[in-house]
Amino acid sequence: MPAQPQTGPVAGRLPADTLARNFADLHSPLSAHEARVAADRCYFCHDAPCVTACPTEIDIPLFIREIQAGRPETAAREIFEANILGGMCARVCPTEVLCEGACVREAAEGKPVQIGLLQRHATDSLMARQGHPFTRAARTGKRVAVVGAGPAGLSCAHRLARHGHDVVIFEGAPKPGGLNEYGIAAYKSVDEFAAREAAWIMEIGGIELRHGQWLGGEITLETLRDEYDAVFLGIGLSGVNALGLDGPKVEGMHDAVTFISALRQCEDLSTLPIGRDVVVIGGGMTAIDCAVQAKGLGAETVTLVYRRARERMGASRFEQDLAAQRGVRLIFEAAPVAVEGEGRLSGVVFERMGEGSEGLAPTGDRFTLPADQMFRAVGQRLGDASGLKTVRGKVVTQGSGRTDMDKVWAGGDCGVGGDDLTVTAVAQGRDAAEDIHGTLTD
Amino acid sequence: MADLTTRFLGIESPNPFWLASAPPTDKEYNVRRAFEAGWGGVVWKTLGAEGPPVVNVNGPRYGAIYGADRRLLGLNNIELITDRDLETNLEEMARVKADYPDRALIASIMVPCEEAAWKAILPRVEETNADGIELNFGCPHGMSERGMGAAVGQVPEYIEMVARWCKQYYDRPVIVKLTPNITDVRKPAEAARRGGADAVSLINTINSITSVNLDSFSPEPSIDGKGSHGGYCGPAVKPIALSMVSEIARHEATRGMPISGIGGVTTWRDAAEFMVLGAGNVQVCTAAMTYGFRIVEEMCAGLSDWMDEKGYRSTADFVGKAVLNVTDWKNLNLNYVAKAKIDQDLCIKCGRCYAACEDTSHQAIAMTPDRMFEVIDAECVACNLCVDVCPVENCIDMVPMSAGSVDPRTGRVVSPDHADWTTHPNNPMAQAAE
Repeated sequence: MPAQPQTGPVAGRLPADTLARNFADLHSPLSAHEARVAADRCYFCHDAPCVTACPTEIDIPLFIREIQAGRPETAAREIFEANILGGMCARVCPTEVLCEGACVREAAEGKPVQIGLLQRHATDSLMARQGHPFTRAARTGKRVAVVGAGPAGLSCAHRLARHGHDVVIFEGAPKPGGLNEYGIAAYKSVDEFAAREAAWIMEIGGIELRHGQWLGGEITLETLRDEYDAVFLGIGLSGVNALGLDGPKVEGMHDAVTFISALRQCEDLSTLPIGRDVVVIGGGMTAIDCAVQAKGLGAETVTLVYRRARERMGASRFEQDLAAQRGVRLIFEAAPVAVEGEGRLSGVVFERMGEGSEGLAPTGDRFTLPADQMFRAVGQRLGDASGLKTVRGKVVTQGSGRTDMDKVWAGGDCGVGGDDLTVTAVAQGRDAAEDIHGTLTD
Repeated sequence: MADLTTRFLGIESPNPFWLASAPPTDKEYNVRRAFEAGWGGVVWKTLGAEGPPVVNVNGPRYGAIYGADRRLLGLNNIELITDRDLETNLEEMARVKADYPDRALIASIMVPCEEAAWKAILPRVEETNADGIELNFGCPHGMSERGMGAAVGQVPEYIEMVARWCKQYYDRPVIVKLTPNITDVRKPAEAARRGGADAVSLINTINSITSVNLDSFSPEPSIDGKGSHGGYCGPAVKPIALSMVSEIARHEATRGMPISGIGGVTTWRDAAEFMVLGAGNVQVCTAAMTYGFRIVEEMCAGLSDWMDEKGYRSTADFVGKAVLNVTDWKNLNLNYVAKAKIDQDLCIKCGRCYAACEDTSHQAIAMTPDRMFEVIDAECVACNLCVDVCPVENCIDMVPMSAGSVDPRTGRVVSPDHADWTTHPNNPMAQAAE
């Protein structure tokens, strides 16, 4: 009889080959023939619904037709023109609720054109075979500060550099990429893709990247406004929401983002400790990424608990099903109320919730899940707002990311228009760059 | 299950599916396999005159056109007639015919346009006990440069002359295989009939270059950097073949002449279409070359089931059934008015009908902001383009307007009477209605 799995966070629960399998590429890339077959399924719709559903409005039917016609690199240029992070978006976009969800073949047959995989085929082809596809316009002499090297910042910086402006990106973390590098599941971005993509974006030239630069610390918005012609804030959400649970102070309670970040930067996953009975609180992509990866590291039980009904969950049905397939148990309409344990976490008490006319309300019905590790994934909030006007914890912007402060634009998750999607952040960074360009060259 | 036994020129075969003279019928081994698989007949690959046989290229002989998922839609080839010794072919034919007396075996022949050449080969063929001969006046590549194949098929006088020799020196049925590389296929068919030929078979392959290599700038198939036009065949040529068959079937001077239909027959349905347009049987090549001999099982089963559904007991019951419906444009009823109708329950809102109509036709489809597509009857000329580009079968229908209703496009009442161009007031040649 095998030994009872050890309680408490323990490293090396699974052999190396199992770990490798659990963290392998979620979707294997299409071969050239598979891509041609998949591309042939596109109807080249008029005013295509997939384009409308894409926050960056990539001309999807056109790029698919270019793949079908044997020109994946031409297709990639089409994609990158709209979305310079088209490679990452092909991997992390919840296509099932965006382009593929809108595909007429989804409506007709429940089998949409594989837009995400086709986009990846195109962008991978170009990035593997060619250098950077764009060239800079003549230098304008204007200097723009971009704060944050996440999707919004990189997108903004690239577009500004293309227009000939000189860009300095200020990034706190040691690597660029933002959540692409630190915040999403490893199986969605294998082979250091986030880092490779950021380096490839920088090949446009005219972008200087400075690390270890946190807003409100090493740099302030005031000095940036003085020293640069414009400032773009793509600072994301650096704070983590708290839960406020009853019970003793115990070890074993973590933020999901910290766990994911550590996992993404870990060279050898067999050295990463994970609990035996893991509980994840939350309903977004981060909660799913956290739960699936906890299971992938070898946790015996992983339970994801979300306080609302399944339909309200931020994570798409595809993500929910992925978690279920990987062995994560999903519990809906239950909220944590207390933790148990002596020194170490031993259990989490939940209360069933009911959706009434007054909104979500506790029912009094309680249950306890044994847990030696708990991850919070209940949303993030803005860190330093630097005096900008905010509403509901986000920087207020108008139009293409203009804040209430002169010379300052914002976009991505930190702004009111952000919806925690890479692709939205890319669109906002790009659009802000165009607005900045228009302003600087007026 | 309907009986597929077919008599063509008095030659009985268990089904109307013959393999055309082509690579699949070049030798005993293949033909025995074909008969075992169930083919009703075989036209043996074209025999040449006695003496050293022709040679083939030693590089690619075929080029292809593909549809989705590399489905072969068109094939072209530059292979010549049999490159095997005449005696070998004749011996094999005799053996196969003896072993398969219930199957049709036809000898395809191509020798120079000299009476002596035909006079020499015909008795040799007769000795094999083959059921008949097919004169290859169709191959457009290679042999035509030497005055044979399509070079003969393009000169009606030659066709007539050779057909007459064949009827003179050979007692069994003579089929003339026609080339489509000609402006009016009725002329060579007439010539064949004048020469006394018993039937025509068509179409042979079409002059073609399937593609050009954009690195080497060589046409495909490429032989050491150069290409020559080949003969095009396969599903892509079927519409051309159907039209040519129908022209001969309904032309006064050729009407009633037996036709063996060839050109892209891939399924039972293609065969049925050729036959209702006047072909007494069909010949198949590319489909067999693409999928192997077993496809004949689908063809037999499908045709038989269709005949059962329609109540046909023999293939003769439906051969030529559509010929009377093929007419000249001038005879089409101009009082027939239809309008496209989109089934909103089936519509998947791709908008292809809209793009096609708006960009290239009559601006007769309206699109709402929530992607509803509706036909504007006042603009619709019933051109059918929307039906053709719609990816959903039966989603768009062409609904005829009933007599007495008013066509909102023209404001005219739909007449129950037939009226065509021959009597139309805009036609300067119109015969005044009496």
